[in-house]
Amino acid sequence: MVRRSSPVSSTLAHLALFCGAIFMLTPFFWMIVTSFKTPDEVFLAEFQLLPTKWGGTANYIAAFTEAPLLRLMVNGAVVSLAILVVQVIVAAPCAYALAKIPFRGSGILMAAVLLGLMIPIQVPALPIYIAFAYFGLLDSYTALIMPFSISVFCIFLLRQFFKTFPQEIIEAARLDGYSEFGIVWCIVFPTALPAIAAFSIFSIIAHWNDLYWPLIVITEPSLATPPLGLMMFRQSSQAGGNIGALMAASTIVIAPLVIAFLFAQAQFIRGLTVTGLK
Amino acid sequence: MTTASTIDRPVRQYDFGTMWLLVFPATALLLAFLVIPTALVVVLSFTDYELGKEGLRYIGITNYSDMLADRVFWQSVRNTALYVALVVPGSIFIALAVALLIERRSVLARFYKVAFFLPVTATLVAMATVWEFILHPSIGLANHLLSVLRIDPIRFLSDPDWAIVSLAAIGIWQSIGFNMVLFLAGLSSIPKEIDEAAALDGAAGGIDRFMIVTWPLLGPTTLFVTITTAINAMRVFESVAVITQGGPNKATEVILYSIYLEAFQYFRTGYASALTVVFLLVTVSLIILQMRLADRKVHY
Amino acid sequence: MIDINDGAIDARGLVKQFGGHRVVGPVDLSVRPGEFLTLVGPSGCGKSTLLRLIAGLETASEGSISIAGRTVTDDPPKERDVAMVFQNYALYPHLTVAQNMAVPLRMRRLSLPQRLPFVGSLLPRSAATLAEIDHDVEQVAKSLGIAQLLSRKPAQLSGGQRQRVALGRAIVRKPRVFLLDEPLSNLDAQLRVQMRSELVQLHRRLQVTLIYVTHDQAEAMTMSNRIAVMFAGNILQIGTPEAVYDDPDHLKVASFISNPGLNTMPFAAIANTQLGRQIGAIVSGSAECTVAFRPEACTAVSSADQTDLSGRVIFCERFGAEAFAHIAVDYLEHPIIARIEPAHATRLTCEQLVRVNLDISKLFLFGPDGLRLRPRRRAAA
Repeated sequence: MVRRSSPVSSTLAHLALFCGAIFMLTPFFWMIVTSFKTPDEVFLAEFQLLPTKWGGTANYIAAFTEAPLLRLMVNGAVVSLAILVVQVIVAAPCAYALAKIPFRGSGILMAAVLLGLMIPIQVPALPIYIAFAYFGLLDSYTALIMPFSISVFCIFLLRQFFKTFPQEIIEAARLDGYSEFGIVWCIVFPTALPAIAAFSIFSIIAHWNDLYWPLIVITEPSLATPPLGLMMFRQSSQAGGNIGALMAASTIVIAPLVIAFLFAQAQFIRGLTVTGLK
Repeated sequence: MTTASTIDRPVRQYDFGTMWLLVFPATALLLAFLVIPTALVVVLSFTDYELGKEGLRYIGITNYSDMLADRVFWQSVRNTALYVALVVPGSIFIALAVALLIERRSVLARFYKVAFFLPVTATLVAMATVWEFILHPSIGLANHLLSVLRIDPIRFLSDPDWAIVSLAAIGIWQSIGFNMVLFLAGLSSIPKEIDEAAALDGAAGGIDRFMIVTWPLLGPTTLFVTITTAINAMRVFESVAVITQGGPNKATEVILYSIYLEAFQYFRTGYASALTVVFLLVTVSLIILQMRLADRKVHY
Repeated sequence: MIDINDGAIDARGLVKQFGGHRVVGPVDLSVRPGEFLTLVGPSGCGKSTLLRLIAGLETASEGSISIAGRTVTDDPPKERDVAMVFQNYALYPHLTVAQNMAVPLRMRRLSLPQRLPFVGSLLPRSAATLAEIDHDVEQVAKSLGIAQLLSRKPAQLSGGQRQRVALGRAIVRKPRVFLLDEPLSNLDAQLRVQMRSELVQLHRRLQVTLIYVTHDQAEAMTMSNRIAVMFAGNILQIGTPEAVYDDPDHLKVASFISNPGLNTMPFAAIANTQLGRQIGAIVSGSAECTVAFRPEACTAVSSADQTDLSGRVIFCERFGAEAFAHIAVDYLEHPIIARIEPAHATRLTCEQLVRVNLDISKLFLFGPDGLRLRPRRRAAA
C-alpha cells in the first residue's frame, strides 16, 4: 500500500461503486419484490416500491403448479451433473496421455483440441440435430447430455495441470505396479482437484444456464431444463399476464446458483473465469 | 535422458492397448460431436438440403450468394455488429473503472465484487425475463424512474431505434462482472515494486500512475478481455430469444438468432449451414487476431 | 552540489505495526549527510520495513522522520526527494532503458498537461525540456557504462545491466538520499563483488546520503561508513564496521557479524576451570552468562596434555589462505572453531588430541539478556 487516498477521493470512489452496485442489484431486487406483489399492484401505473398486500404465496404456488418447476429443477440438476461427470471421465485419461506420454498422433490430437476450443457449440449443432432426429433421440436426456460429453476445454485445462505433475512419481508408480488407468485415477487425478473444482463450477453453470441446445432438441415440457422451462412458462403465462408468478419462477430458477455463489464466492469467481486466467 | 528415449521408441514403452484405452473415448467423441459435424456443416452449406426432405443436391455457392443478396442477413450482421460495438467498449470501460476503484480498497470491496459479479452467475433467461418487465413501456421500473426525472416513457423494447440498445445494456450489465474479475487479476499481477518505484519517481497516483504503470502493464489483459467480450457479444442469443424474438421489425435479429430460425424453425438446413460457416469464420479470425496481437504486444 | 550533501536523516521513536504486530521499533537513527550506512540483519528483522518507512512507502505508526532537517513523517514518497533501488530492480517492462531513466525527470520537470501522451509534446517549452532530459539521461548512462543499452527493453538485459539501469534511474534526478534494498542479492557471486566496489566508488563520486539494506555481513563490512545491526525490529548496535566487529554490544550482534561462526559456551560449563576463574576475576559474571570468542581469538596446538580446553579434532576446513579446525570438547555441547595456520592444518588429523589456546583479551562475556558485560577495569576507565 503506497499511500492511502485522501478522504475526498475515497468517498467519491465509494459513492461511484455504491451507485454501480445498486444498479447491478436492482433487477434482482425488483424481481423478488415483484414476486411478492398481487397482480393489481404489478400492473399499477404509478410507481410503488414495496408490496402493500401479500401476493407472494399465490405467485409461488402458481409458479410451482402452472410451470412444472420442480421437474425443471430436477432436470437441470440431472443434466448438468451427468454432463460434468461424463466430461471428466472422458477427458482425464486423454489429458493425462497428452501431458505425460509421448505417442504417435499426440500432436494431431492436441491440435484438434486447440481447434476445438475455437468452435462454439452452435456450429456442430446442426448435423448433431439431424443425426439425433434420424435416430429418434430428440426429446430425451441423451439428447441433452451426449453432445457435451466431450469438453475440449476440460482436456486442455487438465493437460496444463497434469504437465506440472512430477514425472518421477509416475515412474515410481509404474514400478510399484500401477496400470496407466490406476495412475490417472489414483495418483494424478487427486492432485488436480483444484482444477477439477474450478472446471466443475464452470461446467455446471454453463449447462444449467444454457438455452440454445435444449431449445433445439426438447419440445416436451417435462424434459425441459430450467431456462427452457421458464421460457415455455413465460410464453404460456403472457396471455394471462401473471408477471408475479413469472418473477417467482425466475427467482427460483436462479436461486440455486446464486445461493451457491454467495456461499463460495472465491471458488465461483475462479471457476467462471478459469477460461480467462490460463 | 529418459524422455528422449521415450520419444524415440514410443510403442515399446507403452503398450498399444493401454494407450488406445486412454485416448480412444475422448478421440471418438471429439470426432463424433465436433470434428465431423463441423466438417459436415461446411459440406451442407454447398447443398440444398432441407430437414425432412428426401435427398440433397450440390448447388455450389448458391447458398452464399443468396445470403449476400438477402436483406435480412445484412440486417442481422448490422444488428450484431452494432450490439458488439456497444457492448465491448461499454463493458470494458465500466469493468476497468470498477476494478481500478475496487483495487486496494478494503472496506466493502467484497460487497462490491459480489454485486458486480452476481449477474454472471444468474441464469440469463430468467434475468432477461426480469429486464423485459423492468423495461416495460407502461408498468416497467425504468420508465417509472424516468417519469421522476420528467422524461417521457421510452418504448425500450418495442421502438426499433431503442431495442438493440436496450439489449446491449442488458449485455453490458451481464458481462461487467466477468471483465472486472479479469482486470482485478491483471492489476494484482502488476509487481508491487513497480508501483512503488513509480511512487518514488513522482507518479504517485491518478493519471500518472495509470499512464506509466497500470495501462501499459494491463495491455495483455485488456487485449484478452476485448476479444473475449467481442466473441461472447457476437453469440448473443438468450435475450433476443426471450425478449424480442428478433423484433420489432427485425430490429434485433442477430446472426445466431437467424441461424436458429433458418435451421430449426424453417428447416432450411443448407442455407443455415452457410450462415454458420460465416459465423465460425468470424469467431476464428477474432481468436487468431488476438493470438497475433498477443505475440506482438508482449512487453517483456 | 552543496544542498545534495545536506541529506541528514533523523528518525525518532519510529514504530511500524502491522495488524497489532510490531515489526519495527521503536527505532532512533541518525544518518549523517553523505554517509554510507548499512542496515544489516537476518531476514524478517525489519530492516526493509525501516527503509520503506524512510522512503515513505510505509506510513509510520508512531514517531517521526526528518530528512535534511525537514519533518517528512506524513509526506508521500515523491515529496521526500529520495531515490530507491529495489531488490528486483522494478524497471518498467514496457519502457526502454532511456525511457525508464527518464521517468523521474519527466515527473518532476514536465507539468501535468505536458506529460499527456501525444498532445503533451506539442505544448510550448516541452521540446526544450525533453531535450534536457535526454541529455541528462545520456550523461548518467555514460557514467554507468550503459549508454549502448539505452534503446533496449529490460527483458533484453542481463541481471547486472538491469542493476545499473535501476541505479541510473535513481541517480539521474540527483536526489539527496539514496536507498538501496538488497540491490545485489539477485546477482551471481562474481558480479556481486564487482558491484560492491562500483557502488562504493559511485557513492564517493555522488556524495549523497546512502542507506543500504542487506542480510549479507560481507557487504555490510566492506562497503559502509557505519553499520546498524537489526534484530526483531530494533537496532541493537550502530557503529563503524570495525567497532561493531571488535566490540559488539550484544550476543546476537557478535554472532551475526562473524565468519565462519562465533564460539559460545555457557559460563556455567567452565566456571570451575582455571579459565573460568580467570574470567571471573575480570568480569563479575553470573552462572547464566555466555562466554564467546571468535575463531581468530584462539588457536589449536597439538598436545596430549589435558588442559581446560582440550579436545579432539573432528574436522578441518581449509580455504587456502586460512584454515579452521573444529574441536570437540567433552563438556561442551558445540565444537570449538579455531583459526589455524594453513601450513599447520595439513599436520592436523582427525581424532588428534589438541589444546585450544585462547587469547583472553579477545573474549566477550554476555549476560542472560544477551547484553555485553564489560570487563571491570574498562568500565572503571
